[in-house]
Amino acid sequence: MFSGFMTDAWIVASLAALVGGAVGFFVVLRGSAFAAHAIPNGSFAGAAAATLAGVNPLIGLGVFSLAGALAIGGLGRRGRREVATALTLVFMLGLGALLLGFSDQYASQVYSLLFGQLLGISSAQLAPTAGLAAACLLALALLYRRLLLTSLIPEPVGLRASVTQMAFLVLLALATTLVVPVVGTTLMFSLMVGPPAAARTLTARPPAAIALSVCLALALVWAALALSYETDWPVGFFVGVGSGLIYATARGWGWGRARLGAGRAPVFGPSAPRGA
Amino acid sequence: MTATLASEPALAVKDLTVRRGGRTVLDGVSFAVEAGGFTGLIGANGAGKTTLLRAILGLVPVSRGRVRVPRGSVGYVPQRLVLDPDLPVRARDLIALGLDGHRLGLPLPSHTRRRRVQEMLEAVQAEPFADRRVGLLSGGELQRVLIGHALIGRPQVLLLDEPLAGLDLRSAQQVVALLARIAAEQRVAVLISAHEMNPLLPVIDRIVYLAGGRAAAGPVEEVVRSEVLSRLYGHHVDVLRVHGRVIVVAGTGQAEHPAHEGVERAAVEIV
Amino acid sequence: MAAIFEPGFFSSPPVRLALLVGGLVALATAAVGVLTVMRRQAFAGEALGDVGAAGGSGALLTGIAPLWGFLGLALAAAGAMEFLGVQRARGREVATGVVLGAGFGLAALFLYLAATDSSATGATGSVLFGSIFTLSDATLPLVAVLTGLTLTIVLGLHRPLLLASLSPELAAARGLPVRLLGALYLGALALAVALAAITIGAILSTALIVGPAAIALALTAHPLRATVLAALIGLAAVWAGILLAYDSFYWPPLHHGWPVSFFVVVLILAGYLATRRRR
Repeated sequence: MFSGFMTDAWIVASLAALVGGAVGFFVVLRGSAFAAHAIPNGSFAGAAAATLAGVNPLIGLGVFSLAGALAIGGLGRRGRREVATALTLVFMLGLGALLLGFSDQYASQVYSLLFGQLLGISSAQLAPTAGLAAACLLALALLYRRLLLTSLIPEPVGLRASVTQMAFLVLLALATTLVVPVVGTTLMFSLMVGPPAAARTLTARPPAAIALSVCLALALVWAALALSYETDWPVGFFVGVGSGLIYATARGWGWGRARLGAGRAPVFGPSAPRGA
Repeated sequence: MTATLASEPALAVKDLTVRRGGRTVLDGVSFAVEAGGFTGLIGANGAGKTTLLRAILGLVPVSRGRVRVPRGSVGYVPQRLVLDPDLPVRARDLIALGLDGHRLGLPLPSHTRRRRVQEMLEAVQAEPFADRRVGLLSGGELQRVLIGHALIGRPQVLLLDEPLAGLDLRSAQQVVALLARIAAEQRVAVLISAHEMNPLLPVIDRIVYLAGGRAAAGPVEEVVRSEVLSRLYGHHVDVLRVHGRVIVVAGTGQAEHPAHEGVERAAVEIV
Repeated sequence: MAAIFEPGFFSSPPVRLALLVGGLVALATAAVGVLTVMRRQAFAGEALGDVGAAGGSGALLTGIAPLWGFLGLALAAAGAMEFLGVQRARGREVATGVVLGAGFGLAALFLYLAATDSSATGATGSVLFGSIFTLSDATLPLVAVLTGLTLTIVLGLHRPLLLASLSPELAAARGLPVRLLGALYLGALALAVALAAITIGAILSTALIVGPAAIALALTAHPLRATVLAALIGLAAVWAGILLAYDSFYWPPLHHGWPVSFFVVVLILAGYLATRRRR
């Protein structure tokens, strides 16, 4: 399973896990779980549109992810964030379904966009994927301190929190373009949220948590790829269920530790989910 | 305000102990409030006032002790209630829920209910904004609505958690006067918590003073004395009375929490 | 008039069934939707819908009617969420999202298996995006019962649920069983999600639950009127969606009609954006 087209798959998947695990840490920290669910699902329409137009789906993914991020950020200010996000997400999905209905490959296209397509990763995607990954990590490094600060203190003095939030959403959109081809729009969330959430229960220090999160994400993706290769079952299945198992195990571990009186489970971040 | 002695107090707390996270928040607290009585629950921030009120309501697990309270006849005004601005609930709807919030089925139009809601709206002076969404009310306005919500069911006991926090002096006086009037009319036993006792002094007859998890309870003149409070705090405190205001000062000469505010207020008002 | 209603609209049996089922579903989802928006549990509804997708696809695989699959798994997930105290816990968005992901992973597997099983063609489309024109007649009585059950819970407990949603503290102080009310609400949400799933699909179901409610909240401050208004808006959106989908049968590019779910979602979003303008 390590030769031919699979090497491309391994590389792209590893990059996805690297970026997903790192960015995901901040998604969990900032309580932006719903946005992390909405933006990739929104990009579904973009990929559909691109496929229909015969353009590289990645471009459609990227454009619509950005549009989704901006819409969520903008609409969210004029009403409930949850509702704005939900309706934007659903509209994009509906639009994508419509556009794919115009093609004759409806079922398979829908499926592979939503759940990821192992065979669909071509060597042509390597270079753009690597470039995107580098850009994401660079952006993350630049925003690192600001993101940490605004997660703890929503309105710090001398810093425009809304600008940071917008930048974060854009970063999320870029990460989406990277991760979706591997695991599909619906399961990007599992890659981006399960491992970091698990890491957070196990350690409180940000650098350690980010490292652990990336390691867990890599392990998850590698296992999913290998199992998918062996069984022919979709990658998305293993990622979704695997992410749930990782999270449940970590929570169970933390709960067990607290019960045995080892002290309170480490906690880091805002005490209430704030939404995107 | 004289406390009328009834055969049994409306609210009785006996040896109440609450432990949380390894800390003893309340330690053997005992006191009682008579029907028509107006008791102030005084303590610094973090002294356990909210915990005590919630323990009385049964919202907090109790390690030891007993609370006797008329079930289903307790009104509660929480310290803070954050409401979304688009909630489809008007001030009069929130007050109405105080009357029938527990009833099943759809609310049928009822003259009696409408009249009682209107009366309560006027009593708490919420008539001007009766039809405004609760999420759009100011802090003071919402508080009056919450008081109306708590009182419309004619409870025997009324608990208020720091209703005066964040209010300017005039608003605080208005709220206190409002409460005193309604409590007297309905013979409600009122327990009102605050971290500053001075605005309440004109209306309360008894005080429960909370410090270090322990409480000293009784008539104000008996409890607010240097010996009593010093024993409670575990170190020497002085109780000074200046122009009818009480100031509690720690022995080292630095002002204690409640006193600090008292000193500032006194300094301003002498003008 | 003929231009709006393409010939055969009212006499077509699938359309009549769709109108009836869609109408009932709109009532149920609107009633639950108002509470959902108030309690800020839109994401929970989304998660139940996505887990429901696994149920629907699993049902398809085993030859059971999808509605049972949606319903069964959505209720199970609601029960699990309530048992684990997900709604009350810190980081509830994360826990909800992970459950959602696991559900979707299962759906991925079931749909993949269904695609290789010829008796379940079009599984992906119908489970995810609805199949309101291909329902069987037996669905109608079931939908009626489920709608009745949902409305009984939500309207029968209107006042306690309203108070508990405004402030759990106030409700508890009045002696209301806040936790039980929360569990009943979650059950009603699962019912609404399942009903919406057969109408416009599992992953679009949130629009029918949250959209009309959000529009209604902007238009009225009266608690009961908001529910009624949401129901009317949902009804209008679903019926108009069915009409447009029927009319679109000869539209380009493929001349087999545009999906109902698309129209319903677009109409709801348009209504929502219109109410944002008023602010």
